[in-house]
Amino acid sequence: MSAAHPVTGGRHTLSVLVENKPGVLARIAALFSRRAFNIHSLAVGPTEHPDISRMTIVVDVEATPLEQVTKQLNKLVEVIKIVELDPDASVNRELVLVKVAATTETRGQVLDTVQLFRAKVIDVAPDAVTIQITGNAGKIADFLAVLEPFGIRELVQSGQVAIGRGSRSISERTLRPVSVPVPPATA
Amino acid sequence: MSAEITGAQSLIKSLESAGVDTIFGIPGGAILPAYDPLMDSTIRHILVRHEQGAGHAAQGYAAATGRVGVCMATSGPGATNLVTPIADAHMDSVPMVAVTGQVGASMIGTDAFQEADIRGITMPITKHNFLITDPLDIPRIVAEAFHIASTGRPGPVLVDVTKSALQTMTSFEWPTEIQLPGYRPVTKPHAKQIREATRLILESRRPVLYVGGGTIRAAASKELAELVELTGMPVVTTLMARGAFPDSHPLHLGMPGMHGTVAAVAGLQKSDLIISLGARFDDRVTGNLDSFAPHAKVIHADIDPAEIGKNRHADVPIVGDVREVLIDLMAMLRTQADAGHTGDFEGWTTFLGGVKGRYPLGYDAPPSGLAPQHVIERLGAISGPDTIVTAGVGQHQMWAAHYFGYEQPNKWINSGGLGTMGFAVPAAMGAKVGMPDKVVWAVDGDGCFQMTNQELATCAINDIPIKVAVINNESLGMVRQWQTLFYNERYSNTDLHSKRIPDFVKLADAYGCVGLSCESPDDVDAVIAKAMEINDVPVVVDFRVHRDAMVWPMVAAGTSNDDIKYARDIAPDFEEDDL
Repeated sequence: MSAAHPVTGGRHTLSVLVENKPGVLARIAALFSRRAFNIHSLAVGPTEHPDISRMTIVVDVEATPLEQVTKQLNKLVEVIKIVELDPDASVNRELVLVKVAATTETRGQVLDTVQLFRAKVIDVAPDAVTIQITGNAGKIADFLAVLEPFGIRELVQSGQVAIGRGSRSISERTLRPVSVPVPPATA
Repeated sequence: MSAEITGAQSLIKSLESAGVDTIFGIPGGAILPAYDPLMDSTIRHILVRHEQGAGHAAQGYAAATGRVGVCMATSGPGATNLVTPIADAHMDSVPMVAVTGQVGASMIGTDAFQEADIRGITMPITKHNFLITDPLDIPRIVAEAFHIASTGRPGPVLVDVTKSALQTMTSFEWPTEIQLPGYRPVTKPHAKQIREATRLILESRRPVLYVGGGTIRAAASKELAELVELTGMPVVTTLMARGAFPDSHPLHLGMPGMHGTVAAVAGLQKSDLIISLGARFDDRVTGNLDSFAPHAKVIHADIDPAEIGKNRHADVPIVGDVREVLIDLMAMLRTQADAGHTGDFEGWTTFLGGVKGRYPLGYDAPPSGLAPQHVIERLGAISGPDTIVTAGVGQHQMWAAHYFGYEQPNKWINSGGLGTMGFAVPAAMGAKVGMPDKVVWAVDGDGCFQMTNQELATCAINDIPIKVAVINNESLGMVRQWQTLFYNERYSNTDLHSKRIPDFVKLADAYGCVGLSCESPDDVDAVIAKAMEINDVPVVVDFRVHRDAMVWPMVAAGTSNDDIKYARDIAPDFEEDDL
């Protein structure tokens, strides 16, 4: 098993900057649904700019249909910019909360695993512990594989978030609003 | 900042400020506050009989004038009745703004009386849509709606306004500018792409200008004609582009596609270069995509980048307004011509001229009764090229596209992409309101006509004297044609009995219109002449035509354009050696 990026054949990570307005998520989700693209994960939240939200969308799709879906996304008025992140020039993280069975016999082994992966116990019960781990998809898959024999009772996983390496920002140029003059009132 | 007014007053002031002169609509509970200030407005509101009529009328108005069409309806069923015209406008890139009332903001999501999530419903069929709950947003959003509807690739925009926003006091200020950071349509083509396109044109021997509806929306007919004069390249005009180039021009091969002319279909199929101008390689044009124009390179110019490469790979993609693309392309071609580089397309156009001569549009007179094609030919000849024609969907639409004869843009208005039966009468109403000095003929089928003819009441009452030619073959003719060809003449549920019920002449009379009827080829000219003389009320002519007439040529659905049939069981022979 490798902790490197487990990029499958058609997996792509899109960073989408959108206006922070109601209904944007519904528009984007509907567009993917209509074009029959499977969203592997989607995470959305605020950015450094209060009017702009950023979505990280991981999709399983070949290059040609991806170009079409990107163009369709760009047609949405509230979509400001779409960047496909190069896996070699970006970092990505997911967050998992996992509840694992932990008896007096197994608790020590579970805690060893937590330490090995630099995860964190966030809740303890007599027969279970709840663990928080962040990492890329590979690390998380490895961690869960090791925990699996102890008995995973419940698992919740965030969508992947991702950001380009280096000092450049994808939102720099887009923050300048484009003004369109309106013809003077005719009445 | 002006004094305090209601949201409803702000809405009407905003529509006036956006330049609206006409709204087609029906009031109801949620939109009711807006109808009160509308009484005092400069805007003419035309009370239709069904919201679908309002939507298609707004489309007809927009297509005839080039301005944004506006329709208005209340919440719930009023709004959902607009769904078909909105979807239609989206498919055919018609600039339209639909204003709908919505239940009060506090009631949204409670399944309140006449509540429907029209913003959610119309998300995939609008260019954009808005929900207004704060009356302060009304002027800005109305300004944005009209900007989005009319620029770039035009399309429908829905503005849903809550009753509470309409009733609340607010202030009105028309914006001096709007900010849409995610909306920046590219109209100016890239010089590098124009150079590449020029190179391909000069290298090609068998080019075709594949002209689509975008050429009409871009008002680029003049430039298109100049390009043809400059280069001598042949032209096909799609269903959405009929009239973008004169039918009478010798280099016009006609309409391509499933029911295209043999010359237009062959022109695309055998070309080595397709220059697509505001067209989208629709399945009704390409037939089986894998065998469509197999030897052609493609220059694809469109204002919507998502259309380029969607169905057919583009060798030279050009994002831009068709008119600007043509202007830049001609400048580059002229420079090349001055340097002695011009295309040589004479062998090609001679070949296509031969095909056009051998396989002209035509039909056999039926053994008895009236040929629908003859009716439409005579309508075109008597009414002339300045006439605006609207059509429903089906056989009559195809005949109207082929046989009327179009010389100017914005004269042929139909439902191309969505294929909405019932489009003709309300669209004609809208076109006539927008262009009151033009003769407007709705060429309709007897099936289509029965879907929306209630708007004859609207036309009669509001002095909108449209003319309706019902091509009455007492059946759902296009479906019947498919049953004839593909279902062993088993006519399941296509017989409408419309020569018996209803009596279209009496129906016209009941609606305050003049009803005429014509059954014999000998009477066609006289009946049309009579209809042309009536200009104070709408006229409905029941042309009772032969029911077995079929639309030819035809490429069966899903098959290759190479398998076009000129008439039943007759395949054209192209004499390829001529090429």
